[in-house]
Amino acid sequence: MEQNAFRPRDLLNKEVAGICGVARLTDKARAAHAGEIGSYKYGAASKQDMGILSFLGISAEVFQEAAVKIDNDVRLGAWVLDNCGRSDKDLSTFNPIALLRGLGASAVKGIALVIGLLTFIASLGLYTGFDATTATFQNVTQQAWIPGLGTSYHIGIDGISLWLVLLTTFLTPLCILAAWNSVEKGLSGFMMSLLALETGMLGVFCALDLFLFFVFWESMLIPMYFLIGIWGGERRIYATVKFVLYTMAGSALMLVGILVLYFQNNNSFDFTTLSGPFEHSHLLFLAFFIAFAIKVPLFPFHTWLPDAHVEAPTAGSVILAGVLLKMGTYGIIRFCLPLFPDAATEFTPLIVPLAVIGIIYGALVAMVQPDLKKLVAYSSVSHLGFVVLGLFSKNPIGIQGSVLQMINHGLSTGALFLLVGMIYERRHSRMIVDFGGLAKRMPIFATIFMVVTLSSIGLPGLNGFVGEYMILLGSFVQGAFSKVYVVLATAGVILAAVYMLWMFQRVMFGTLDKTNEDLPDLNAREIVVMLPILLFIFWIGVYPKPFLSKIEKSVGLVVTQVQTEPTMGRAGEQILQDTELALQGTQRVQHEKIEKEAETK
Amino acid sequence: MVRLDSFAVFFKIIISAATAATILFSVRSAELDPETKGEYYALLLAVTLGMYLMASSTHLLMIYLSLETVSLTSYILAGFLTHSPRSSEAAFKYITFGAISSGTMLFGISLLFGMTGTGDIMLISSRLGEMFSQGDVYPLAVLLSITFILAGVGYKIASVPFHMWSPDVYEGAPIPITAFLSVASKSAGFAMFIRLFYSGFKSADASIDWSLMLAVVSALTMTVGNLAALPQQNVKRLLAYSSISHGGFLLMGGVLLTSEGLQAILIYLVIYLFMNLGAFFVVILIANEVGSETIDGYRGLGSRAPLIAVSMAIFLFSLTGLPPLAGFAGKWILFAAVIKEKLYWLAIIGLLNSVVALYYYVRIVKAMFLETSDDTESLSFSPGSLVLLLVFVVPTLLLGIYWNPLYELSRVSLGKLMG
Repeated sequence: MEQNAFRPRDLLNKEVAGICGVARLTDKARAAHAGEIGSYKYGAASKQDMGILSFLGISAEVFQEAAVKIDNDVRLGAWVLDNCGRSDKDLSTFNPIALLRGLGASAVKGIALVIGLLTFIASLGLYTGFDATTATFQNVTQQAWIPGLGTSYHIGIDGISLWLVLLTTFLTPLCILAAWNSVEKGLSGFMMSLLALETGMLGVFCALDLFLFFVFWESMLIPMYFLIGIWGGERRIYATVKFVLYTMAGSALMLVGILVLYFQNNNSFDFTTLSGPFEHSHLLFLAFFIAFAIKVPLFPFHTWLPDAHVEAPTAGSVILAGVLLKMGTYGIIRFCLPLFPDAATEFTPLIVPLAVIGIIYGALVAMVQPDLKKLVAYSSVSHLGFVVLGLFSKNPIGIQGSVLQMINHGLSTGALFLLVGMIYERRHSRMIVDFGGLAKRMPIFATIFMVVTLSSIGLPGLNGFVGEYMILLGSFVQGAFSKVYVVLATAGVILAAVYMLWMFQRVMFGTLDKTNEDLPDLNAREIVVMLPILLFIFWIGVYPKPFLSKIEKSVGLVVTQVQTEPTMGRAGEQILQDTELALQGTQRVQHEKIEKEAETK
Repeated sequence: MVRLDSFAVFFKIIISAATAATILFSVRSAELDPETKGEYYALLLAVTLGMYLMASSTHLLMIYLSLETVSLTSYILAGFLTHSPRSSEAAFKYITFGAISSGTMLFGISLLFGMTGTGDIMLISSRLGEMFSQGDVYPLAVLLSITFILAGVGYKIASVPFHMWSPDVYEGAPIPITAFLSVASKSAGFAMFIRLFYSGFKSADASIDWSLMLAVVSALTMTVGNLAALPQQNVKRLLAYSSISHGGFLLMGGVLLTSEGLQAILIYLVIYLFMNLGAFFVVILIANEVGSETIDGYRGLGSRAPLIAVSMAIFLFSLTGLPPLAGFAGKWILFAAVIKEKLYWLAIIGLLNSVVALYYYVRIVKAMFLETSDDTESLSFSPGSLVLLLVFVVPTLLLGIYWNPLYELSRVSLGKLMG
């Protein structure tokens, strides 16, 4: 081993060490009045410091004299020590990752945030350049990849993926901001994982090649594994292994499905050339659907979710709830419905009850959770049940509602996890019983929490309402499954109000516990994190048209592909038309109101 | 007797790459006694010569001779740690199993020679075809002789039920030799397998359906390998069982009777070379520095030796077959070939197995990154070792994203083998 050999790369490290050494030695010099250096408390490190000194050609005595004088450098040294976050021992090893780790923590956070923001700004171009009058894929890029295998790097977006891409790029910088002070170890690894995850998610939403889709789908496993496993809570290892195994089991089936499709599609993975009907379409549907159902998660595949959500760090939970779950519902709307319409129709009576069970079951379990994070996690099971219900209504209004609800859920549940994370950072507890009366101590926090809670319940005027209303309406007017399910699902809305409001009451009102008296309210950074989400919560709630208008055409295409038979009775169509008119009317009134307000101003 | 075609060249490249890597590993291994290193390298090169012959032989006699050359020298190499009883045990088990299976194979060869009157596998192929079409042969006799020959092949590629030797040998042998056996020996075995079954017995498949037999062997091999790997605590032993299951994976390509299947084997072997040798190299480095081969010894490596730990994670995730790593490319091509032949049951067994595999590979990653050890001193490695490590890391990353050249190369290398 060449441990002691001189390596030029270490020179830089040694400069850092030199400053650290100044700090430590000065400390020592003060304490011992230029006494014996070898015995001071930093032990092993001192030898190295001495080595550095002799390397720099300074004798110990001279150095100590100087050290006493340069009082300011003590602070500088301490600052370097804090910010480079490494021990002197790291300096003796040759490795570039340590060098990366040696970057100042604020530099790492800054770089990650800038990358996140740049991605978001770049993705805004997709919105402004989006043509809402067509259902074809836009911003398409296609490059040959492995021609012998019929794969290409083929990406593009339509109205459905547009919003999911924007949601991803919107939430990622917020997550980076939210994790600003809460990551204690391996900050650069954390940020790398987060950004790698973003790459994977964006890839899934943009891929128009089945092979590419699968690569992105699976490549998210590794960063998520580390996010939960390294920076998670107490039972993180159990949670992360469970998450990875569940997802992998699902995607193994999907891999078979993709390959079978490939051979039926003239040896091409290109999504845009796929057109049914396919052989074994029932089995293919199941192969895809199970993979997606695990990701959603649909009851009874949901058991990984509470563990993963609860154990993940705040940023991980936000990404999981906000975006990862949507990959399941996105997969259903992108692949299961248009590619295998017959199978989708036949399995509807099986899937809809599962979705409704998920709605009710998730809500009931959420109600009795003593842990805030677990409560939010189970509420996701309930909310995603709504999305699946809407998708299988297979009419425009239901599916549009589902797509909108994916975004709504990403916003409101993401916000809930952020808020729970903020309170956890202050109190180091997420148990509802530990709180009470917080509204008095933390008014800003309470206000934001209330808005988000109401959005999650689906209060009219906030985003959750629009999505849920459209889903319920869409499923009510279709003819493919019993209306009893819709009635039951509506009960889920009431249950949501019960568990959310009850939780809110127990946390925010009542008597303030003594231990919570010193909790500070949200700081500026946290408010900056929450404000953009609030903006969209109100925006979608009051004026959803810009969102729906972009989704409309693409959903319309899916509906024509999936509707193999008329799925609604005459009366249903009438109701639908009336409602659409009514919706348009309300929107017009709201629009005029806003304009008038603007004029009066 | 021997043929120098593009197929043989392809395998010779794999084998010489594995040998070169093994020599570099051996130089860095602390296990080996410096005084006997002279013989060690001579023997290693002798094995390599035998493997070259295995890849080129087209005559039953030559096949047997080259197989024995490889086996005999491997026995000595497996028992090279004379101070270690485990190593002697390994060599002894290796000899016993080797003797039995090569004896069985010889018996099969003699049956086949008796029926066809030739040892040249090209001639055997046409004779078998004629005999089956004229009906003057007992299919059972041919099946029996093919099964006996499979014993020899199965022993080399460690397929069930001839896999018993490999965990003990892999655990007991010096780590560089374990790495060498798991890659080079397996590759040579597959070369021999493809020559025998595709140049020789393909025409017999219509009558005796040996491919179904092999499909069952393949499914059993990967399942047994994976299930046995689950509870392992010793990383070498774990990798030994994982190597058995990869043999089962590779066999999937061999039961299809299509050039896509063989192409998948060739590609997978190249990828396997990088990821498996890389993983074994990390085992050597850790054994040198930490002195432990158990999973517990890998705890906290993520902070003690980040570069090594990240590389190991790359190899392990690649062995699992997660994108965007090379193992995924290999897995994908293999399953594409299987599904093209509509062998869905085999594909699903294979994929379920890859989920099981994820579990035990992740155990090592878990120990490295998610668990902490009491010993937090960071480990240092010589720049040479790190460069060598990169030689394996870079292809493992690159081949996962862009494998078109490899795809084309393997297609060309198969040449006229499929007629």
